[in-house]
Amino acid sequence: MIEVRNLTRYYGEFAALTDVSFKVTEGQVIGLLGRNGAGKSTTLKILAGLIPPSSGTVTVDGIDMVAEPHRLRSRIGYLPEDPPVYEDMTVTSFVRHIGRMKGMSASEVDARLPEVLATAALGGRENQVIGTLSHGYRKRVGIAQAVIANPRLVILDEPTSGLDPVQIRDMRKVIRDLAKGRVVMVSSHILREVEHTCDWLLVLRDGKLVAQGTEEALTADQNRKMQIVVRGDANTLVEWLTQHPAVEDAVTRPMSDGTTSAVVTLRADAREQLAADLIAAGFGLRELRGAGDALEEVFLGLASGKAGAA
Amino acid sequence: MYTFTVARRDLGAYLHGYAGYVILSAALFITGLLFQVRGLGAGAQYSHDILETFFENCGGLVMITSILLTMRSLAEERQMGTDVLLFTSPASDLQVVLGKYLAALGVLTIMLALTVYMPALIFVNGKVSPAHIATGYLGLFALGSATIAIGIASSSLFKSQLPAGILAAVVVVTMLLGWMLSDKTDAPFTDVLAYVAYWDKHFTTFQEGRLHVRDLVYYGSITFIGLLFATKVQEGRRWA
Repeated sequence: MIEVRNLTRYYGEFAALTDVSFKVTEGQVIGLLGRNGAGKSTTLKILAGLIPPSSGTVTVDGIDMVAEPHRLRSRIGYLPEDPPVYEDMTVTSFVRHIGRMKGMSASEVDARLPEVLATAALGGRENQVIGTLSHGYRKRVGIAQAVIANPRLVILDEPTSGLDPVQIRDMRKVIRDLAKGRVVMVSSHILREVEHTCDWLLVLRDGKLVAQGTEEALTADQNRKMQIVVRGDANTLVEWLTQHPAVEDAVTRPMSDGTTSAVVTLRADAREQLAADLIAAGFGLRELRGAGDALEEVFLGLASGKAGAA
Repeated sequence: MYTFTVARRDLGAYLHGYAGYVILSAALFITGLLFQVRGLGAGAQYSHDILETFFENCGGLVMITSILLTMRSLAEERQMGTDVLLFTSPASDLQVVLGKYLAALGVLTIMLALTVYMPALIFVNGKVSPAHIATGYLGLFALGSATIAIGIASSSLFKSQLPAGILAAVVVVTMLLGWMLSDKTDAPFTDVLAYVAYWDKHFTTFQEGRLHVRDLVYYGSITFIGLLFATKVQEGRRWA
């Protein structure tokens, strides 16, 4: 449904985006990950029709963004990090105005308005002046304006930034609901948000797409890495670990309380086997856990270029 | 359709907030004051002289009001980040600029409509030609249209209202002084500057109740150039 092929964008001599390609189908929430300057905003701006690519194509339902940007703009909803709203308007009049600006007739807007306000969880605020709303509600108004024209692609740039925990939880639900029948693309630097809301992840580094896939696929390698704490000598432990068939690599560190800590990389996900063998070998197993936040490890590795693509 | 959607939104912004009412009220108050001081209360005068003075007063206020109204139009969209809404809509830049132009022209029309009681008062003790009144208002409308276009063009260049207003005022005042500059220069600049003169050569005819197509063409041309300039600036910021 949405296909991005060899997308490249230069700002002068600087390549902000190089040969980015991906394809997504409707019903999915896509997470765009990357450090500052990785090319996330440039990607979103091109998809929103704000700036043209230097080369490459974007097609939505077969319509070419470069050839027919005017036609595509009514099929794309965009919410930047700071919601663009007219503060002097009421919620309803603003969303109605944006619907008209997207090419809808007055009757079409009126017919769709109740559903949009419900989707954005704006019940009870319909006639409130936007200037008097909290940041969280302004974000919701931003979402309502992004979806009023029933777009095929909704782009949300940092949708949860500046929200409190309750608002973040509510926003997650709104984003999930939005994906019904369309593609939602979310950029975020909060990995937990991506974990909770996205079906497919795209990781950018220095303007290049370095990995894409589901969270499970991207973090699969991380499940092979674990930290163990045992009662026993560090040298004995490292010797035992290096001879274990499931262990690829191990780094041990003696602790002040007489125990030994080790970070172990397994050849496959053999955590249960390792635990059983450690106990059978007479090591007093105190602790066995994942070596860290799997997605965060993947993100940091990919974003800094220290890990291979999944 | 997009033009009217933008115009309706901007007209609402002028009339829902206090800024539009403050500008309108101040303009009407000063116009009324000048009408009393320089017109009705200035001793025995011919009715058509009072009417000419009224249009002269109104002309100055139309220019000031137009600049005050338009300095926010595109600059505020950039400042508030709402230009994204315009750029991601299927509306063309020309439609957006025209919408903003129509909204400002609408407010100006309301203001001019509210001044009609002043020429009507002349009928109490005097007599003027309705054609003179109509021609004078047409001149005010043309002058306002051109100044609004200059204001929108200036507003398209800035992210803040103040420099937009200052630049528009500088452009208008420079053109107003064209007749003075034309006296101090040699040909062909003399003719060019004399033609460009914003008021002297083109508005005084309306003021006196004389209608010349060349004056309508002059203000129409400035309106066209101003709106075209603003459209091109917007296009430069947006893709396709």
